[in-house]
Formats: sequence, structure tokens, C-alpha cells
Amino acid sequence: MLCDICHKNIATVHLTEIINDKVVEMHICQHCTKVKTQELKDNLTIPELLTGLMDTAQSPKKEISVKCEFCGLTYADFKKKARLGCGRCYSVFKMQIMPLLKKIHGSLTYAGKSAMSPQKDSLSNSVKELRARLERAVKLEEYEEAARLRDELKKFGQKSA
Amino acid sequence: MFEELLNNKDTWLSGKGPFSEIIFSSRVRLARNFSDYPFPARASSAQKEKILKTMEEARARIDLLKEAVFFRMEDIDDIDRQFLLERHLISQEHMHTTKGKGLILSLDEKVALMINEEDHLRMQAMASGFDLNRAYETINAIDDSIAKLVDFSFMSNLGYLTSCPTNVGTALRASCMLHLPALTFTKRINKVLELLAKISFATRGFFGEGTQALGDFFQISNQISLGLSEMEVIDNLAGVVNQVKEQEIDARAVLIKKHKLELEDNVWRSYGVLRSCRLVSSKEALSHLSILSLGLDLGIIDKISRELLNNLFLMIQPAHLQKVEARVLKEGERDFIRAQILRERLGEA
Repeated sequence: MLCDICHKNIATVHLTEIINDKVVEMHICQHCTKVKTQELKDNLTIPELLTGLMDTAQSPKKEISVKCEFCGLTYADFKKKARLGCGRCYSVFKMQIMPLLKKIHGSLTYAGKSAMSPQKDSLSNSVKELRARLERAVKLEEYEEAARLRDELKKFGQKSA
Repeated sequence: MFEELLNNKDTWLSGKGPFSEIIFSSRVRLARNFSDYPFPARASSAQKEKILKTMEEARARIDLLKEAVFFRMEDIDDIDRQFLLERHLISQEHMHTTKGKGLILSLDEKVALMINEEDHLRMQAMASGFDLNRAYETINAIDDSIAKLVDFSFMSNLGYLTSCPTNVGTALRASCMLHLPALTFTKRINKVLELLAKISFATRGFFGEGTQALGDFFQISNQISLGLSEMEVIDNLAGVVNQVKEQEIDARAVLIKKHKLELEDNVWRSYGVLRSCRLVSSKEALSHLSILSLGLDLGIIDKISRELLNNLFLMIQPAHLQKVEARVLKEGERDFIRAQILRERLGEA
């Protein structure tokens, strides 16, 4: 059988690819295999890479039963796709995510702009929201976030006084 | 739909702006999520609908988006979606699946907000030439306006929270599109790409789907979004892009000095091919346009304008051909129409 790519050499490698849900079989020679493997490497996806990082980032087994109550994401889901399900997941899977973030970014300190806009449309709504978020943060034992929200609430208190 | 975009002159590919002969365009993208909803992949249809509605209303209330238009991706047909992809206004994912997805687009194409892509909001601003600051200022102001209306998912220690951990923090991705024909020709490009990867900058081709850089266009972007401020991310990228630009200028000087005749021959041959061909693939057309573009920069050819050339880079892509012809073209037919358009616009040989 001749190589499907160069049509010159004898095909020695038989490759099955799935492209757009269609199974494509290819029979290729040694030389074209090298080229093709390079292509495959280039197509490596982010989840695959991140899962690789995760495997080296933490001790396995223990956290497998953890699940986010808000969006339903399990640790197994996260490991499979390397995607979080919601903002709360970052607290729920903190133990797993922090080492991963450190590996990706080389830092765990946020240095960007503040999400808090200087003027909300409605002050009372904002206070209500902040209180709700504070309660949630305490429930999730996200104490740093809770402290930040408490300070925000204090500021609002001063403004309206 | 979107016919007016075909005639847009002052876009991110206008050939204006600083150093635009090598750095064609600059882009800054921010990812944001609403705090009270799961990210799109885990949100229900009803939740995604609410986000779409919120953004439709927000668009009307935000001055900076007054001129922009809100679309539901389901209302845009296949060719138009591909057309938007080819103009780098939406992503592959946004083109392929439409359910629950939206787009807010300024018709000068400088601002595009994808709704319910991987994150609730993927907001980009584009500028012509080497102008990351302008792009950032534009998108930052829009971000501030939206933040007054909705609560974003944010933690003080991690910043903006995103579906993929690689975006957490500033959730900012800045990129420049560079035309590097001389580095490619002199084979110095591999060394440059290797070095960029070592210092955590990503490079990929700008045209086409794979990683191959068609037409010698490369997109360089930052990888890291946590631990640096927005301006640091942008300054770092600008510094790196500037170095690559200098390398390309060097390589061009070498080409002119050592391979002048060969280069001139290549440029005029490409001009000849594009003005005479009857069938041409987009890959072949891009490679000739790339050489022609280099010839224009180096003063070898002056029969064509930069504006026309940049326009042709976009125009030869499949969905663009179909928009120009206003009908669906079969695959075999495209090479014929592409050749026809190139001959018409460059003046038949």
C-alpha cells in the first residue's frame, strides 16, 4: 500500500483520526509520519496540557469527591476538561486550583484593576448585594473575600452617613 | 447582513497607524463573567437567555456602545458567521455553535463583544498598526461601563474569574498581528518563535485554521494573566513585539543587500501570477500577496496601494468571496472566483 500523503513510499503507519465527527483512516510512510506527528503535537489542546500540569501539581485520590454545590461541577469533570463551572468553583476546588494557577502564571497575586466600580447605579441595591455576597463568602469559608466585602460595606456606610 | 463591512475603509486592517508595514494590527481582549450565574458551559438555556437580555439592554444604556449592534448568533446564517470569523470578529466556537450565544459589534469593527462564548463576555478592541494602548483604552472604558450595570465574578486575590484557569486574573489577552516575510525567507523565524515560547509568549498563524502561518502572518500574544497589571501585560508584549519588528527590519535589510535580484524576481512573478491566474487557492494567493506586500514596503513595486493589498488579504477568504458574489460558491468554484477578483482588482495582465 502506498502512502496517502506522498503517494511514493510504502505505508507503514496506519492512523485513525476523527475530524468533525468523521473517522478518517490514513496509511502513511515513515517520512510523512514524522511530519504528521509534528502536526498532531501542534494540535494538542489546552485541556490536555493543563491536565498534564494537574497530575504533577498535587497529591491524587483525596479530593475526588469534592463537588461545587452552585454549578454541580465535580473534581472529575474539572480534571477531564480543565474548565471551571462557575466563580464559586475557585473556592470549592481551591486546594487543586491554586497549585495549578501557580504553575501556569508563576504567581498567585492579583495585580490588575479593581472590579468594584466607583459608582453603582443604585447604592442600596449594592449594599444588599454586598451583604449577600458577604454571607456567601462566609459560608464558603472564603475569609479573604469576606474581609474585602466587609471593608466595601464599611465604605458604603460612610458614604450614606 | 454585514454587506457594509465589505466597504469598511478605516478598519484595523487599514494600513494606517504606527509601524503598520510590519505590525498590521493590535488587539486587546478581556474575559468577564457575571457573578450570579454558572459559566456558559454549565449555564441553563434560561440563564444564558437572561445574560443575553441583560447585555442587549446594557448596549442601549452605554454611550460607548450606542453605535454598536446586538445580534443573536442563531439569527446569523452560516456564511455570515464564517465571514465574521474571517474578519477576526468572532471565534471558531462562536461560529460553530450558535445556541444561546450573542454578539455586540460596532460596525467600524473596532469593538466586538461575544456573549456566552467560553465566558459570559469576551470583549475585544482592535486598532490598526502598533497601537495596543489605544485598543486597551477602548475596551477598558467599555468594561468600566458594563461593570456599573452588572456584578462580575471577581476575587480580591485572584482577580477576574474565568472558565479556563489560563485566563484568571486580569483576564486580558493582548496580541499583535505581524507580517514577517523576511524572517521567514531567511529562516530566522524559527529561532524567534522558539525564544518567544521560552519567555511565555504565544505565537500562531493569523490566517487559516491550523498552526501553519499562511502569508507569513503571525500573531504574538501574552500567556500570563495573573501577577501582572494590565499595563504591565501590555508593556511586556509591546516590548517583545518591538524586538521582533526590529529583527524583521534587519532581515529585510539583509535580503535587499544579498538577494536583491532574487527578491525583485519573486515580487514581479507574484504580481504576474495574481494578474493572470484563472484558478488560485487561498493558500497560494496569500503567499503571493505576502511577497507583493514585502515588495511594496521595500519600494520594489509601486503600482498597487497598501489599502488595496490589505483589503485583498481579507477578500480572498472563502466567506468573503461568497459575500462579494452574493451567493453560495461550491468549493471548486471558489478558486475560479478568487482568481477573477484578484485579476479585476489588480488589473489584468
